[in-house]
Amino acid sequence: MPKKSFRQAVNEALRQEMERDPTVVVMGEDVAGGMGAPGEQDAWGGPLGVTKGLMPQFGRERVLDTPISESAFIGAAVGAAATGLRPVAELMFVDFMGVCFDQIFNQAAKFRYMFGGKATTPVVIRTMYGAGFRAASQHSQCLYNIFTHIPGLKVAIPSNAYEAKGLLIQAIRDDDPVMFFEHKAMYDEEAEVPDEPYAIPFGEANLVREGEDVTIVALGRMVNVARDAADRLEGEGISCTVVDLRTTSPLDRETVLETAAETGRVVVVDEAHPRCSVATDIAALIAQEAFESLEAPVRMVTAPHAPVPFSPALEDLYIPSADRIAEAVREVHGHGRR
Amino acid sequence: MQLSREDLLEAYRRMRLIREFEDAVHEEFAAGNIPGFVHLYAGEEASAVGMCMHLDDRDRIASTHRGHGHCIAKGCDPRAMMLEIFGKREGLCAGKGGSMHIADLEKGMMGANGIVGGGPPLICGAALAAKTLGTGGVAVAFVGDGGSNQGTTLESYNLAKVWNLPAIFVIEDNGYAESTASSWSVGGSQTGRAAGFGMPGVEVDGFDFFAVWEAAREAVERAREGGGPSLLHVRLGRYYGHFEGDACTYRAPDEVERLKAEKDPLMLFRRRVGEAGLLEPTDLDAIDREAREQIARAVSDAKAAGYPTEADLLTDVYASY
Repeated sequence: MPKKSFRQAVNEALRQEMERDPTVVVMGEDVAGGMGAPGEQDAWGGPLGVTKGLMPQFGRERVLDTPISESAFIGAAVGAAATGLRPVAELMFVDFMGVCFDQIFNQAAKFRYMFGGKATTPVVIRTMYGAGFRAASQHSQCLYNIFTHIPGLKVAIPSNAYEAKGLLIQAIRDDDPVMFFEHKAMYDEEAEVPDEPYAIPFGEANLVREGEDVTIVALGRMVNVARDAADRLEGEGISCTVVDLRTTSPLDRETVLETAAETGRVVVVDEAHPRCSVATDIAALIAQEAFESLEAPVRMVTAPHAPVPFSPALEDLYIPSADRIAEAVREVHGHGRR
Repeated sequence: MQLSREDLLEAYRRMRLIREFEDAVHEEFAAGNIPGFVHLYAGEEASAVGMCMHLDDRDRIASTHRGHGHCIAKGCDPRAMMLEIFGKREGLCAGKGGSMHIADLEKGMMGANGIVGGGPPLICGAALAAKTLGTGGVAVAFVGDGGSNQGTTLESYNLAKVWNLPAIFVIEDNGYAESTASSWSVGGSQTGRAAGFGMPGVEVDGFDFFAVWEAAREAVERAREGGGPSLLHVRLGRYYGHFEGDACTYRAPDEVERLKAEKDPLMLFRRRVGEAGLLEPTDLDAIDREAREQIARAVSDAKAAGYPTEADLLTDVYASY
């Protein structure tokens, strides 16, 4: 099977869906680039080149560069979705949701319910998240938990290139508004990705590896960090299950609870801040529904309750590491054992 | 393009239906029969109807808190609307939206909106969809003078211009954003703002149906022909408070009475068609009677209808989940 980068996987998903369905359009800041400028067209193909090549193939009518006006164009994507298109809008960095959140959580998320089930809003909002780019406090946050909180939105957070293609195709074909999170530090990471289109259903977590001693629940880029930690712990005689949530809304409660019950020991890994987060959500779910099978307290490995720092020396401390995950796993593994 | 006799009767019928509807909602709210917040459109009828007479089902509108008039003007069923406002299961939105979120997408009515300035970005999207799909449709954002000061609205002017969208922004300036005068809160002018974004903008006497109809005709034709967005600054007046229960102490003591005596859009319409010999008073009296009966039936139906049940609480959050 061919190896492709996360960037290529997202690009391929967009291209194949645009070829399949003429109502799929892409819009955002510099998604082609060079609009109205004297030089090269498709100059950028998105700020990190993810949408490169779409405009030459599909034209400016379906690959729409926008002014830097997130309220207007995210709202336009929502309005177009409610009236016959399937827009994929790019909100460059999720940190920018502060200037367009209304259009996502008051408009897109609520149309179907408020209008008595008569609205369908198949919009996808792709956005970059995550630390590690030395991009500081306003270009490095996760924030998927905020969207997960909102009924009416779906939230997908792929952990590698294979997942990215399948989950994005599902997002585009889905009839609900979907927030699609791409970790900016993963675009060059490669995985085996089939050439043909395929959709990964939402709400079905992936068992990345199966073990007997400790369950690690993770999402997004942290799935890979958790797997590294699990590989290391294998050498110490601790065998771990690693669960990739794939989507936080809908959430695969069954897989979380089953794998938690199997090992009785759980570590939740989340790159976001620790309060009111996916990590606390998973920990609460297990505490409520799997309490009897727990052998140890649920531990969370997260970023601290602090903005993302700029200095590499600080940012490296900020992001959850395989070392910290391994330490938490050892702790819950040892809990209650003699 | 001229208004036919049928057009005139239809325009008057819609305006009268709006007036009867709003007066009935006012009474029923005061009697404690309607839950929540309601914002009434009485006095502003010529704006919604003057614009929507040019629109059909392929055209989309987005509305404001004060949305009942836009709904009726765009062809929504007043009975289903009344049931919705009463919170009943058979309401236009199954009782889940209420006055501030009343919508009928099949009629191209994309919703009243609880967020001031919420509609213009959505209308850019509806206009983009119409353009991309080649439906020939246009999209109209009704915005209050309060909403005209939101960044979403100004961003939407720019997006509509640079994407050359078949979009129309109708600024309904009733003089007050809640209790704050638009003469104070709006910097510059609405038409000056339009000019600043490179789109045609005209000031319109919103008490005069014919003035709105004529200005709307130009804007709709321009949009349909690919000429891009336009703005209408419609000056009008509201008869009731910002919301029902508003004591309106910020208004001049005789302000509303003078509006009703001198500027009432229905009165002006009757006078105009009478003087021009276009319609007989008996034609209009018949419409008045029918509208009154229709709305009275809607109210009694709404009172008799059932509420949603617990089984409805969690339906229609998602298409699939």
